[in-house]
Amino acid sequence: MNDLIAPFNFHTVVTEPWSAVYWQTTFWIVLQATLVGISCALVGNFLILRRLALVGDAISHSVLPGIVVAFLIGHGDGPLVMFGAMVAGMLTTLGIEWIYKNSRIKQDAAIGIVFTTLFALGVILVSFAANDIHIDAECILYGKLEQAAIFSGDRMISPQIIPAAFVAVTSLLLVVLFYKQLLVSAFDETLAGSLGIPASWVHYGLMAWLSVVVVSAFQAVGSIMVVAMLIVPGATAMLLSMRLPTVMWISCVHALLSALVGYHLALWLNCNSSAAIVVTGMGFFCMAWMFSPSQGMVSQFLVRKALREKLAATRRARMG
Amino acid sequence: MKADSGVGKEVAFVKRWQSGRERERERGLGVAGPSQRSTVLRQRPSSGLLIALAIAALWTVAGVGEVQAARISHVTDTSVGEQVVRFFSMRDPLVRTAVIGCILMGISSGLLGGFIVVRRLALVGDTISHAVLPGIMMGYLWHLEKDPVALFIGAVIAGVLGAVFVSMIRQTTRIKQDAALGIVLGGFYALGILIKSIIQRGAGGDQSGLDDFLFGNAAALSSGDVILMAVVTGLALLLVGLFYKQFFVSSFDETFAESLGVPSQVFHYLLMVLLAFSIVVALQAVGAVLVSAMLIIPPATAYLLTDRLHKLLLLSVVIGIVASVGGAFFSFLSTGLPTGPFMIVSAAACFVVAFLFSPSHGVLPRIFRRREQTRRIQRENTLKAMYHLIEEEGGVDVVAQSGRRVSVESLMTKRGRDATEFDTEIAALVRHDLARRENGSIELTETGWTRAQEIVRNHRLWELYLTNAADIASDHVHDDAEIIEHVIGAELVAELEKQLKNARIDPHGSNIPVVEEGIAQ
Repeated sequence: MNDLIAPFNFHTVVTEPWSAVYWQTTFWIVLQATLVGISCALVGNFLILRRLALVGDAISHSVLPGIVVAFLIGHGDGPLVMFGAMVAGMLTTLGIEWIYKNSRIKQDAAIGIVFTTLFALGVILVSFAANDIHIDAECILYGKLEQAAIFSGDRMISPQIIPAAFVAVTSLLLVVLFYKQLLVSAFDETLAGSLGIPASWVHYGLMAWLSVVVVSAFQAVGSIMVVAMLIVPGATAMLLSMRLPTVMWISCVHALLSALVGYHLALWLNCNSSAAIVVTGMGFFCMAWMFSPSQGMVSQFLVRKALREKLAATRRARMG
Repeated sequence: MKADSGVGKEVAFVKRWQSGRERERERGLGVAGPSQRSTVLRQRPSSGLLIALAIAALWTVAGVGEVQAARISHVTDTSVGEQVVRFFSMRDPLVRTAVIGCILMGISSGLLGGFIVVRRLALVGDTISHAVLPGIMMGYLWHLEKDPVALFIGAVIAGVLGAVFVSMIRQTTRIKQDAALGIVLGGFYALGILIKSIIQRGAGGDQSGLDDFLFGNAAALSSGDVILMAVVTGLALLLVGLFYKQFFVSSFDETFAESLGVPSQVFHYLLMVLLAFSIVVALQAVGAVLVSAMLIIPPATAYLLTDRLHKLLLLSVVIGIVASVGGAFFSFLSTGLPTGPFMIVSAAACFVVAFLFSPSHGVLPRIFRRREQTRRIQRENTLKAMYHLIEEEGGVDVVAQSGRRVSVESLMTKRGRDATEFDTEIAALVRHDLARRENGSIELTETGWTRAQEIVRNHRLWELYLTNAADIASDHVHDDAEIIEHVIGAELVAELEKQLKNARIDPHGSNIPVVEEGIAQ
C-alpha cells in the first residue's frame, strides 16, 4: 500500500507547481477546471431547484452521440460540436417526455431508458469511428484535463481555455439576464405563467444550455463526473445558505476551491486530476454536511442537545 | 377532443361499479382489491419457477467448470457466416463461457430490475451501479489481481454504502432524492476512477481486465467469473423465490405490507443488497456505465406487455437474456467492440417494439383503438338520430310492423351534415350491416334497430338514474348521458334497471325502449 500513496511532501505538492518553471502548467489546468466548474455549478443550481438533477446526469451521457456525429461531419469544429450536443440534449429531453406521457412508464425509468440507449449508441459510434475522431473511451470516462496545459509555447493562452471561458462567461450573463425568469419558474410555474414567463421555454432553454455546458466540461472531466460537477457545488451551497444569490456565489467558490485543492491532491497522489477534483468537491460537501452552521449535523446535534437540556431543566424546576 | 376526456372520466366512474374480479387489472400492478387481500399471501404463482431457475443456475456451475478463460477477440476474423455458426453452435469453449455469462446476467438483472422499475427506483439502480466502482478497485488492491470473490465483496460493500449514503443525505439535509443520487453517483464514481488511476500507475499485477469493468467485455469472462455469477444469480433467485410474496406486497403498498407483518424496510435493504449482487454479476459483461440500462430497459419493456408481476418478472428475464446474448453476438462479429453498448441497443430495440406495438399499452394499438372508438360512437350517434326520427314520426310501437325507415333529407338535417359527410356516415352503417340504403330512404337492419334501441335506452336510463339517484336537475343530465350511452355494458344496464325498478319513462317524458334479449355488440 505504501508505494501507492506517496508521502506528503509540501514542497513538491504545493510550492513547486507554482514555481517559475511550472506555474504555467498549473495555472492553465486549474483555470480550465475552474471555468468548467463554474459553468456547471451555475446551471446545476437550477437543476437542483427544479428536481432535475438526474436529467443532468442523463444529458451528460446522451450528448455523446451528438458530439461524435458532429465530429464526423465537421472534423472537430467547435461550434458544430456544441450544436450537435444541443440537438442530442434536446432529443433526450423530448424523448423522456414522450415516453412517460405516452405510456405507463414512469419518469425515472424513462430517463434511464433514453440516456443509456443514446450513450450506448455514442460508444458504438466512437468504437467504429475510432480512426476519424480523437475522442476515445478514456476521454469519455475520465476526461483529459491535462490537455489544457499542452500547447505550443508561442501562444499566449491555451486553446482549450477559450471555449471553456466562453461558456463560463455566457453562463454568467444568461443567469444575470434571466435571473428573474429562472428563479420564478424554478419555484412556482403557475406564478411564472401569471407573470407572463413562458415556463416551458425556460425549461427547454435550460436543457439546451445544459447540453452546451456539458460539452464544454466533457473534455475536462468526462461524461460521468460531469454529474458531480453539476450537482455537488449547488448541493454544498444549499447546505450553507437559504438565499439563491448567496447559494450561487458559494457554488462558484466551491468550484474554484475544488479545482485548486483537487489539482494539488492529484499531484500528491499522482492520480487522475479530474477524479481528484470531484473527490475534493465531495470532501467539501461532506464538510458542509457535518459542520454547516445552520443545517450541519454537528450544529443540529448541538441544537437538539441544548433543547433536551432545557426541557430537562424545566422539568426539574417544575418537579422541585 | 373534448368528448375524449369526458369518456375517460365516465369510464372510470363506471368501472367502480364493476365486480372486484377486474380490479387488479384496472389498477395496473397494484395489490388486488379488498376481497382478495386474504388470498394475496397464499398465492405464490412463480416462486416454484424461480426456485427451479435457481437450481438451473447452480447446475451451470458444475457444467462450466472445465471451460477455459479466453477472449473472443483473440480468435482471428473469419467470414460473418462462419462467425454466426461458431457463435450459435457454441462449440467454442470461450463462446460458451461468454454466452452462459450473458444468460446469467439476463436472469439476474431482469429479475431484480423488475422490482426496481415497479418500485420507481430505476435511478437508484443507476447510482448503485456507479457507486460499486471504488469497491471493485479496493477489491482489486486486496490481492492485486482480478480475484472474483474479492471484487464481489468490495463491490457489494461499496454499493450498499452508496445506497445508505443516499438515504442519509436525504434524511439529514434538505437535499432531495434526485440531487442525493447525483452526488453519490458522481462522487463514488470519481473515487473509483481516482483509485483506478493510482493502481494503473504503479501497483503492478495483472491489470488488463480493469477497463472491462467500465464498458464490459463478455469475452473476457473467466470460468471463475461465471461460477461466481451463477452462484450469485442462484442466490438472488432463491431469495426472491422464497420471499416472493413479501417482495410483491412491499413493492406496491408498504403500509399494507406492514399491516400484514411484512417488515418492508428489511425487504427494501435486502433488495438493495440483491441489486448490488446483480450489478456485480452484470459488471464484467456490460460495464459499470451501462449496467443500469440492463436493470431498467428489459423490465420496462415487460411492463408494457403485462399487468401481472410474476409475468413481468418472467418476461423481463427473457428479454434480458435475449438482449444480452444478442449484444454479445453483435460485438462478437467484429474484434475490439465493447459488449455493453450492443446489449443496451438490443434491449432498446425490444423496448421500442413493445412501446409501439404492445397490444395492451403500445402507442399504435392505442391510437388504433381510440380511432375505432370514435368511429363507433359516430355510428351509434347516427343510429340514435334515426331512432329519434322514427319515434317522432310514428312512434316506436308501429315500427315493428311498418319497417324502420327514415328519409335521407330528414336524417341529413337531423345530423347537420353535408352530402359527402352524410354519405360516409351511412356507408359506415352499411359496412357494419346496421342499415341499408335504398333510393331516398335509409332502413335499419335487425341488428341496427336493436343497437339503436340499446343506445337510446342507455341514454335515457342514465338520465333517469342521475335525476333519481344522484339528485341532478333533469335539464343537466343530457350531456352526461351523451357520453355514457356508448360505454356502459350489459351488466351495468341490468344493475341500473334493477335500481330504477324497471321504470319505463325518462325524466323528459320519453319512453325507455325495451330491448328484447339484447343482441349485445
